[in-house]
Amino acid sequence: MLNIIVDNEKFQVEEGTSVLEACRKAGKTIPTLCYLKDIQAIGACRVCLVEVKGQKDLVASCTMPVSEGMDITTTSQRVRQARRLVVELLLSEHDGDCQTCDRNDDCELQKVARDLGIRHIKFSGARATRKEDRSTPALVRNGSKCISCRRCVTVCSQIQQVSALVPQYRGFKTIVGPAFSSQLDSVTCVQCGQCAAVCPVGAISEREQIDEVWEALENPNKAVVVQTAPAIRAALGECFDMEPGTLVTGKMTTALRKLGFDAVFDTNFSADLTIMEEGSELLSRLKKALVEKKDVALPMFTSCSPGWISFMEYYYPDMLDHLSTCKSPQQMMGALVKTYYAKKIGRKPEDVFMVSVMPCTAKKFEAQRAEMNASGVQDVDVVLTTRELGKMIRQAGIDFASLEDSEMDAPLGLSSGAADIFANTGGVMEAALRTVYELVTGRELPFKNLHVTPVVGLEGIKEASLKFEDVLPDYSFLEGVTAKIAVAHTLKNARQLVEKVRKGEASYHFVEVMTCPGGCIGGGGQPRTTTDDIRRARIAAIYKEDEGKKLRKSHDNKDIKQIYAEFLGHPLGKLSHDLLHTHYHKRTRV
Amino acid sequence: MTKVCGCESHVDEQQLFLELEKVLDEYKNKEGGLIPALQIAQGMFGHLSQAVLQRISQAFDKSYSEVAGVVSFYSFFSTQPRGKHVIRVCLGTACYVRGGKQVLEALKKELNVDVGSTTGDRNFTLEVARCFGACGLAPAIMIDEDVHQRVKPTKIRAILSQYAADTAEVEKA
Repeated sequence: MLNIIVDNEKFQVEEGTSVLEACRKAGKTIPTLCYLKDIQAIGACRVCLVEVKGQKDLVASCTMPVSEGMDITTTSQRVRQARRLVVELLLSEHDGDCQTCDRNDDCELQKVARDLGIRHIKFSGARATRKEDRSTPALVRNGSKCISCRRCVTVCSQIQQVSALVPQYRGFKTIVGPAFSSQLDSVTCVQCGQCAAVCPVGAISEREQIDEVWEALENPNKAVVVQTAPAIRAALGECFDMEPGTLVTGKMTTALRKLGFDAVFDTNFSADLTIMEEGSELLSRLKKALVEKKDVALPMFTSCSPGWISFMEYYYPDMLDHLSTCKSPQQMMGALVKTYYAKKIGRKPEDVFMVSVMPCTAKKFEAQRAEMNASGVQDVDVVLTTRELGKMIRQAGIDFASLEDSEMDAPLGLSSGAADIFANTGGVMEAALRTVYELVTGRELPFKNLHVTPVVGLEGIKEASLKFEDVLPDYSFLEGVTAKIAVAHTLKNARQLVEKVRKGEASYHFVEVMTCPGGCIGGGGQPRTTTDDIRRARIAAIYKEDEGKKLRKSHDNKDIKQIYAEFLGHPLGKLSHDLLHTHYHKRTRV
Repeated sequence: MTKVCGCESHVDEQQLFLELEKVLDEYKNKEGGLIPALQIAQGMFGHLSQAVLQRISQAFDKSYSEVAGVVSFYSFFSTQPRGKHVIRVCLGTACYVRGGKQVLEALKKELNVDVGSTTGDRNFTLEVARCFGACGLAPAIMIDEDVHQRVKPTKIRAILSQYAADTAEVEKA
């Protein structure tokens, strides 16, 4: 431990701590713009300047480590003036149309300028004007607002290892973006939106589709149906200043009805359906490998996360047969709503308008994939992010906090706790095992509270194994077999896992991959800015939702049984194949 | 360093790509190998086209954006075809105060091109550079690998005549 002084008070901090973190631990507020805890500390924005006794110049606290006896001043006239100057310079180059900006009231630069009390910008001169990039279905880039903090660069290269966004050119002409001054669709980008999730200003955001939804809601000829992903209920509250980890399932449902949706369905329902299909697919692959001795692709990879799917299509096109052919829950719901449900309400698929609320930007891309029209028209018309739903609720003047709880609609609204945990890393695996283990052995998954503890938590790659003993006669081929599983989140970890499988260094049966850190709860469309503490809070809320339900396993969901009996037949059947499964394409990397 | 000028169109591009592979094999696993590989590729092809850069980025297992970030950072790299000879006028501090700017103006007038452009006969490309480390010789210009010292606007014609286009080639073109 080192002894330091912060603003005349003595503190002890661990060696290796940055001055910034030490001061924050001491309860001090130091503004930052480029800093991302544990991810980026590069001293680029210079907003975190502090005085250190004995140092001639002010220092960027995020990059300076503490040393024994260090005497730090975080607030003095000199520090305030320097920070102000830095922010004035940033503002002099920033396209500051705050009132019409997507980030109005949610902008870190705006907040820092307000906290520093900046009343006018001394500097005028050339401003970089950049063309808006609307080349992808998921993301919009507005380079005129970019402050070159490089947060997006770091998450794209270090967390996702895609490196679509890199500083181009130099000096005043620097553009943070795809190769040279090209648009995002001309380079390899999986549209995960982690760049948008960390952008401190309005330079990268989702492509907003709120107006398309308002228009559909006004259209008397459309039945407008909404589905919400499991991760929304644990994060939407943050759009209304609730604590991270506040569960708002019931309020969200009420809000959606107030917005005018004709039916409020749950992506959780189709998550349960995914487990039925994907679990059956896994068992069928295992049977082919173990009994029929066929050359079948194992491990099987989950296929719910569209950024991960694009990643495989770009980087490992020779391994696409490892991906489960199951569509994501979003697309399963879309296909069912425009066939099964449309028929029930006597409407044609084209007269039903399907809106999804997702924690994800890549889902906007997924909905527009050419394969996703099982009903004959595009199955999911519009995808809104959690943030967009928050904005819609505000636009409608709904006081979210005071809403009563309500329940989602039948027949596509009932779900198990297994579906809830699709929201976080390890959750799809746990949900699948709850069903597969019970199908095979007739007994409940042998873990306390049904949680597969080795795959719970924020560790990058998690592994576990599970032995099948005393199996039911139908599954005698699995007697004594130890199922090996792995779970990865972020594409960097996914790549590491795929490489291990490829080189034969690891052999798994089933692998879950989620593109975003922490899984969907940390998705690119979630309220900003997601830190690990917020991820843990949201995950805790999701497990609470799961544990609070009587129904914990997908195969016990009575409405799932009903839809198979009434409509689909059985898992992996003909109709399932047509509506719930898909195929993938090789893509060329740029 | 292989040095083949981009304007010699008779050199088969396919052949150049085969040679590029040899260069990539040598550099792709070397730490800091990207910049030398880009320099050699530019020497071979005359400039760095999208096709060349994409091949290089694949070989180095780096994204195209990352390679483009390096190429666009350094003014010595060019993504546009260039003339047979590249003239770089130093506008570093020493050259600037000793008349580099007048030399540049004179060159623009003499060649009738702007900075970054190539003459109609594709003989010269005019570029601006920051400091060759020849401050004692200011103002300096570089034509290809040759440094010309204490350049005056009046001397320009004489210097350029050393690099005049081969008349036979010009007629052919």
